Amino acid sequence: MAGLPERAEISPTADLTAAAPEAAAAELPPEIVAQSLGEYFRAYGGRIRAGESGVLPVVVAMVAIVVVFQAISPNNVYLSAGNVVNLFQQSAVIMVLAMAEGFALVLGEIDLSVGFVGACGAAITVQLVQPATTNWPWPLAIVAGLLFCLAFGAIQGLLITLLRLPSFIVTLGGFLVANGLFLKILLFGPFSGYPNLIGQTDNLHVIYYLMWGTIDPTTSWIGAGVAVAGLGALIWWSDSRRRGSGLVAPPASISLIKIGVVAVVAIVVVAICNVNRANLGTLEGVPWVIPIVLAVLAAWTILLQRTKYGRYVYAIGGNPEAARRAGINLTLIRTTGFMLCSFTAGVGMLLYGSYLNGMSNNVQGGQYVLYAVAAAVIGGTSLMGGRGRPLHGVLGGLVIGAIYNGMYLMGLQFEWQYIVTGLVLLAAIVIDAVSRRGSGSGSATRV
Amino acid sequence: MTAAVAEPRATAEPLLKVRELDKHFGPVQALYHVDLDLPSGQVTALCGDNGAGKSVLTKCIAGAYQADHGQVFWEGQPVHIHNARDASRLGIETVYQDLALADNLDIVQNMFLGRERLRTGLLDEDAMERAAAETLASLRVTTVKSIRQPVASLSGGQRQSIAVAKAVMWNSKLVIMDEPTAALGVVQTRQVLDLIKRLRDKGLAVMVISHNLNDVFEVADRIAVMYLGRLVVQAPASSFDRQSVVDFMTTGGSSRTGGRTARES
Repeated sequence: MAGLPERAEISPTADLTAAAPEAAAAELPPEIVAQSLGEYFRAYGGRIRAGESGVLPVVVAMVAIVVVFQAISPNNVYLSAGNVVNLFQQSAVIMVLAMAEGFALVLGEIDLSVGFVGACGAAITVQLVQPATTNWPWPLAIVAGLLFCLAFGAIQGLLITLLRLPSFIVTLGGFLVANGLFLKILLFGPFSGYPNLIGQTDNLHVIYYLMWGTIDPTTSWIGAGVAVAGLGALIWWSDSRRRGSGLVAPPASISLIKIGVVAVVAIVVVAICNVNRANLGTLEGVPWVIPIVLAVLAAWTILLQRTKYGRYVYAIGGNPEAARRAGINLTLIRTTGFMLCSFTAGVGMLLYGSYLNGMSNNVQGGQYVLYAVAAAVIGGTSLMGGRGRPLHGVLGGLVIGAIYNGMYLMGLQFEWQYIVTGLVLLAAIVIDAVSRRGSGSGSATRV
Repeated sequence: MTAAVAEPRATAEPLLKVRELDKHFGPVQALYHVDLDLPSGQVTALCGDNGAGKSVLTKCIAGAYQADHGQVFWEGQPVHIHNARDASRLGIETVYQDLALADNLDIVQNMFLGRERLRTGLLDEDAMERAAAETLASLRVTTVKSIRQPVASLSGGQRQSIAVAKAVMWNSKLVIMDEPTAALGVVQTRQVLDLIKRLRDKGLAVMVISHNLNDVFEVADRIAVMYLGRLVVQAPASSFDRQSVVDFMTTGGSSRTGGRTARES
C-alpha cells in the first residue's frame, strides 16, 4: 500500500488542490472542470497530453484512412456516394457487433462467440421465413432468432458466473459450438446450405430491406431533422437545467458545439445518401440500416448511462469487490450482460444476413469477432473493463468498416485482409494500454 | 459489571454493547468472551497486534461473520446482525482498508453505489449530485476539484474521505474504520483525522482500528486493546500512555497503567 500518490505530500500546505493541481487536472474530463470555452479546450489539451485522448485517435485514424484510400483506390471511387453508403452498410454490422461486445468488455470480460452465436440467430430467422418450408411471419422469425441468442448468452453467462470459469475459455467453447450449430441450421430445408432472401413474399422482403431498403429523400430529411431537433433539445434542456441549479455542467458554448456536431453529421450523412447512386435508374435515400443502428445505439446508451443496471455494469467492471459490498447481485448483472451481448450480436448478424441476401457457410463468424473487439477498443472501450460506451462501438466500427471497404476496393485477397485485421486489433490494444498508462487508472482492484 | 468507562456519558446506555462474544474458526479461538462498548459521540480506538482478533470482532459487528456465542445490544436492545444489510439498516457502516470504491466511477456515483435514486425509472443524477455535495460540505471535504471527477484521479486522503462520506450519508450512527490512515502521508492523515473528529462532533459513534499510536492518541476518546482474542482493556484514552498501550498489545497486561483492566475471564 506504499504506492499511493506521493506528489500531494511535497507541499507543506494543507490545501491539497494546490498541492497537486497539474496532475489532477490533466486527468479530468474537460466538461467537469471548465467554466468557459477557453478553459474547456485547455483542459482537453491537458488530457490529450496525459494520454487520455477520448475520441481523438478515432477521428485522426478516420481522416488518415479516408485520405489514403481515396488516393489509391481505383478511379478514386472510395469517396463516391455509392461507395460511402456501401461503407455505412458494411460498417453497420461491425458497429452493432462492437456494441454487443461492449457489454462483455465493460464488465471486464470478453465474448468470443458473438460472431457465430449471432449467425445462428440470423440463420434461424432466415430459415423460418422461407416460403418453401416454415414461412413464418417476419416478426416472429426475428424474435425466434433473437431468443436463441438470448438463451445461448444465458448459458454462457451462467457457466461464467456460477462456476467462476474464465469468460475467454467459455466463449471460445461457445464459439465452436455455435459454429457447428450454425452449419447444422443452414442444412435444414431444400436450400443446399444456402437459405436466401430471394423471392416474392413480404417476409423475405422485409429481412432483405433491413440492409437494402431505403427511405425516400424527403422523408430522410424530415426524419433527420426530427432526430437532430429532439436530441439537441434534450442536450440543451438537461445541460442548462444543470447549469441553472449549480450542478457540474459544461458551458453553454460546449452544449451548442455538441448539438452543432450532431447536426452537421446528420446533414452530411443524409446529403450523401440522397445522391442518386445507381448506374441506371434511381437508388437514393437513407438505408434503413442507419436508423436501425442508431436505435440500437440510443437504447444501449440509455440502458448503460441512465439506469441502475448500467451503473452496476460499470461498477462491476471497475471494481467487482466494491460492487459486491454495495449489495449488487453480480451473478445477475453479469449473466444478463452476456445475454444482452449475444442478443445484440443476433441483431448485428441479422443485418449481415440481409447484406449477404441470405446465410451460407461463407459467413466469417470468427473474423467478425475480431472486428467487433477491435472496433470497440479502437472506439475507446477498455479491454480491462469499466470503461466504454456504445458510441465507441459505432465509431470504431466505422474505422474498421472503412479499412475493410478500402481493402475490398483494392482487390486485396483474403490473406491480406486477415493480416490487416490482426494488425488493426493489435494497434487497438496498444492504444488501450498506452492510454491507460497515461491516465494512471489501471490499478483498480481486481478480484 | 459495566465496562470501565469513567466519563459522564458512560452513565447513558452505549450505542452498541457487545457481551461475551465468542468466535472460533475450526480449532482456532479467534474471539474469547469479548465485551466492548461503543458510545455515541466518542471515538473508540481498537488496538492490538496482528492476529489479536480486531478484524474478526469488526466483521462480527458489521455482519460479515456470525459470532458463535454472545450478544450484541444496539441502543439497549438485543439484535442479531446476519449480514451487511442488517448492519446498515441499524446504522452501522464499515470503511474497509481497501475502501471498496470503483475507480472508474465518479464521486457521486461511488457514494450512491447500490442505493441510486431514480426518477421515472432512470437515474436521478441531479438529486444524487446535490445530496452528495451536501454531505461532503457538511464534513468539510472541500479539497476535491469536482464532485464529478473519477475516483481514480483522487489522492489517498481524498479517497479515504470519500469512503467515509459514503458511509455516513445514510444516517449511520456507528462508523467502523479499518486502518484509515495506514497508506497516507502526513497531510492526508491530518485530513482524515480531522474528518474523524467531525464525525464525533456530529454525535456519531466511531470505532477506529489502528496500529498507529500517534493517531490513536490524537483522535481517540477511548482505547480498547485486544490480545490473543481477548479484549484485555478498555478505558478513556487519558488513562493510558503510549508505553502502557504497547504493553497491553504485546503482553496483554501492563504494570504502569492508570487504566484498570476491564475484565479478566
